[in-house]
Amino acid sequence: MPDRRLEIDDVRKRYGEVVALDGMTFDVREGELFGFVGSNGAGKTTTMRIVLGVLAADAGQVRWAGRPVDLAARRRIGYMPEERGLYPKMQVRDQLVHLARLHGMPAAAAGRSADAWLERLGVAARRDDEVQKLSLGNQQRVQLAAALVHDPEVLVLDEPFSGLDPVAVDVMSQVLREKCDEGVPVVFSSHQLELVERLCDRVGIVAAGRMVAAGTVDELRADGTERIVVEVPGAPPGWAEDLPGMTVRATEGDRTVVDLAPGADDQDLLRRALAVGPVREFRRGRPSLAELFRSAVSTDEGAPGVRSRTGSGSDTAGATDEVTVA
Amino acid sequence: MSPESDHEHGREATAGPAPGIPAQTGAGPAPAPGSGGRGDYPALGSWATVRLVAGRELGVRLRSKVFRITTVALLVLLVGAAVVIDLVGGGDSTESVGVTAAESAITAPLTAAARSLDVGITTREVPDEATGLRQVADGDLDALVTASPNGLRVAVKEDLNDEWRAVLAVVARQQVLDNEISVLGGDPARVNEAVAATRVDVTQLDPAPAHQGERLVLGIAAALLIYMGLMLYGPAVSQGVIEEKSSRVVELLLSTVRPWTLMAGKVLGIGLVALIQMIVLAGGGLVAALVTGALSLPSGEATGTVIWSVVWYVIGFFLYALPFAAVGAMVSRQEDVGGISSPIVLAIVVPWVLGISIVPGDPDNGLIAVLSLLPIFAPVLMPMRIALGVAPVWQLVLSVVLALALIGVLVRLAGRIYRNAVLRTGARVSFRDALREA
Repeated sequence: MPDRRLEIDDVRKRYGEVVALDGMTFDVREGELFGFVGSNGAGKTTTMRIVLGVLAADAGQVRWAGRPVDLAARRRIGYMPEERGLYPKMQVRDQLVHLARLHGMPAAAAGRSADAWLERLGVAARRDDEVQKLSLGNQQRVQLAAALVHDPEVLVLDEPFSGLDPVAVDVMSQVLREKCDEGVPVVFSSHQLELVERLCDRVGIVAAGRMVAAGTVDELRADGTERIVVEVPGAPPGWAEDLPGMTVRATEGDRTVVDLAPGADDQDLLRRALAVGPVREFRRGRPSLAELFRSAVSTDEGAPGVRSRTGSGSDTAGATDEVTVA
Repeated sequence: MSPESDHEHGREATAGPAPGIPAQTGAGPAPAPGSGGRGDYPALGSWATVRLVAGRELGVRLRSKVFRITTVALLVLLVGAAVVIDLVGGGDSTESVGVTAAESAITAPLTAAARSLDVGITTREVPDEATGLRQVADGDLDALVTASPNGLRVAVKEDLNDEWRAVLAVVARQQVLDNEISVLGGDPARVNEAVAATRVDVTQLDPAPAHQGERLVLGIAAALLIYMGLMLYGPAVSQGVIEEKSSRVVELLLSTVRPWTLMAGKVLGIGLVALIQMIVLAGGGLVAALVTGALSLPSGEATGTVIWSVVWYVIGFFLYALPFAAVGAMVSRQEDVGGISSPIVLAIVVPWVLGISIVPGDPDNGLIAVLSLLPIFAPVLMPMRIALGVAPVWQLVLSVVLALALIGVLVRLAGRIYRNAVLRTGARVSFRDALREA
């Protein structure tokens, strides 16, 4: 049984002086939804373009099922480029059939598949319209259909969720999940970290052309320290500061976020809290993917402007805001 | 790297379901998209890909309004031209001339003189001079001829053309001569007979070939159609390349097809569209010309010229389409293509301008003959010379061979530029970067 994995192995790419990829390595397994996150310019798109062969790597290898990916293998990959690309003046259905046939699908099967995907993605009514007459959201649906129409063995999608309304996000998520359940490895990049966290089996965090962390969200969390959120109205400032093995990470009003070193007893913290006032809230905080992402990329020197699109709205209050209820 | 895992090679996969590919679960939504059975179809060969790409170009363009409108408009223009040539050249320009009832004797010599000078005439009697003048003023008559002491007086609305001036001069002199002959005691009728019997024998030392005028018209029409076709469909190739580039669809396409197949398909597809239009136009024009009689050239000769023109059109299209494809790949926006493609446009315009300004006056021009052998000039100049019957067979063969050789070189160069440049967006790609060995 061949190993049905998409492997990106030590891929390097530089543009003149700029190093775009610096030993990018990860794999996407059969039936796995892999979220690819990273700041702008971190190398996500470059990686995907190299996988699809539209860009040549300076070094390294991309393998599918144990073999280097060549043109024959690429026609089994479904691809959604970052910059959307469809013929603006071609009718939607004709376009999908054409793309399916370029991937080797026989005409009749291509027609059936195009119809089925247009139906599934809710754009069947626009099948005879020119692509340029569709709304951006609908163009995006057609773009997804273009990635799926030839029934690919692997899906590589660059920012598939950007610009979609909530309904379309649900449809897209559902479709990706289904393909995944059929055994198709799916890798997609996104800045919508909540979505990635909810949807993906595994997540890879990219910074400065390298994979700085990869694994399930829980695995990524396991690297961090344990964290407690406690709310004690009227407690004196610095009430939790001298406890052994504990560091106050942030204070916001009555709420204090405390990091626990390994071995530290959270019950000590609770006792101290009860001693200084009424405890309204005492819970274990779990860092969100957004937070994990920030700490992962902030330790990396070469990543300027590290900031996720979704997290930027609430960073005045510090990381505490984004601690989610366990 | 297990040997069983070679399902990425389509050909091996045709034998049956590729190893390691799970059966379709069918767990998908009701219409089960993609139920074709994943991966069990064969990969396309390069030429099959070229055919698909060309087929798309053909389908999209033939269905486009622009194509239909230009084709119909040009066809109307061509057929119209044939009809107009027929009307103008067919000698339908008879003049109606009025003669007063009192001077009706002038009718016979007038008609005779007009016939001898090959001018069409109908004469009509008017009751008196005043009525005749009014009819001329109203445009019912073209001219009114009356007698005057010095010969003839003619009244026209605006101007008397030279032909008619000559006819009337002959009639006037004849009348004076007849009078003098009678006075001298001779018989004017006999003298006139003797005069009519004289003739001038012409010996042509270097006779122009028959139908020279028609050949020239045919040659110019062929060259004009080729020129227009190249000017229309050459830039269409670079526009098509830029359309794929600026819409970014090229990235999607190149993830599954090789660059050269995409370029070849586009050039062939647009070439077919151009050829179809040319055949419709040339065929329509030829039929119209033969039917209306605007073309009295032996139909075999005319057809030969038309076929050669089509051949040169195809050769010319490839000569220019390949560079157009290459420069299209080098820019990212339609606005940027003008500057970089102007040398190619110039290379189409110059042969046409030279041809149209020299060949009609001097079909055997030595400079034109030499230039017409060169690939860049041949597609426009050769059909002209073929139509005029001044291109020997060895020149035809040589020019075709040279053009095909240049096409061979252009295929390589354009292919390389296209491959290197088509995925690069932003600033124009420099020729040095584009020509780099990948």
